[in-house]
Amino acid sequence: MNTDVFGSVTAGSCRCSTSCQEQILNVRLSGEIDQAGAAVVREQIDRAAESCLPQTMMLDFSGVNFMDSSGIGLVMGRYRLMQTMGGELLVTGASPRIQRLMQLGGLDKLPIFGKNSGGMPPRQQR
Amino acid sequence: MKATNTMTLTFDSLPVNEGFARSAVAGFFAQLDPTVEELCDIRTAVSEAVTNSIVHGYRQSAGKVRLTARIYQDRKIQIIIRDTGCGIENIEQAMEPLYTTDPEGERSGLGFSVMQSFMDSVRVTSSPGKGTTVTMQRVLSPLAEESIQG
Repeated sequence: MNTDVFGSVTAGSCRCSTSCQEQILNVRLSGEIDQAGAAVVREQIDRAAESCLPQTMMLDFSGVNFMDSSGIGLVMGRYRLMQTMGGELLVTGASPRIQRLMQLGGLDKLPIFGKNSGGMPPRQQR
Repeated sequence: MKATNTMTLTFDSLPVNEGFARSAVAGFFAQLDPTVEELCDIRTAVSEAVTNSIVHGYRQSAGKVRLTARIYQDRKIQIIIRDTGCGIENIEQAMEPLYTTDPEGERSGLGFSVMQSFMDSVRVTSSPGKGTTVTMQRVLSPLAEESIQG
C-alpha cells in the first residue's frame, strides 16, 4: 500500500483528509464544497481508494459548512467508484441543510446513509 | 421599481471566484439582516449560477463574469449573473433536473434546480455565442422586531 496518498489536501476553503485502516477508507471533508473544491478533493479520494482498496468508504461531512450541487456529484461519483470496487459508501455527519441538498439530488434513494442512523429524515418542502 | 441599493462586481472566470462571489453577495445582503438559512440559500444559488458561467459559459477559458445585486423595498432582493460565454442553445432542456452536457465530469445537472429551489424566481435569457444572463429574485422574511411591532 502506498501510504503517500493519504493525508490532507486543501483547495481554497475546502479541505479533505484521508486515512486507511483495515479496509476502511476514512475521508473527512471540511469547509466549503463547491466545483473548485470538489475537483481537487475527488482526485485525492480516488487516489487514496486505489491504494487502500477499501471495503467501506466513509465520507464524513461533519466539518462541511457549505455545499452546492458539486457535492452531490462528488457523492454520486464516489458511490459509483465503490460499486465498481465491490465495496460500500457511507455518508455521515451531513447537516440538515446538506441533507436537503442531497435529497434534491436523489441521494436519499441510495443505501449510503447507514442502517443504524435511521437514514434520511422525511422529505420536506420549503 | 427602483432599487434602494445596488452592487456590481466584475471578476475573471476562475473557479476560485466561486467562493469570492458567494462571500461578496452575502456581505452585501447582510445589511438586511437575513436569517442564517436565507443567507445560505442565497450563497448556494449564487454559487450555482457563477459555476455555470465559469464551467459551461466559458468552458474553463478566460472571460468575465458580472454580478449585480439589488435591494428593493419590502425586503425584495435581486441577483443578476451575466457572462459573455458560449450561451445556451436550449434553455428549457438546460433547466431540466439532471440534464448535463458533461456526464463524465461528475456534474450533477442540478444547478438550475438548486437555484429554483432556493430562490423565489429564476429567469434565464441566453443567445448562443453571445452569453447568458440569470436573474434570481427572492423576498426575505420580515425582521423579527418588525413582526412584533406590526
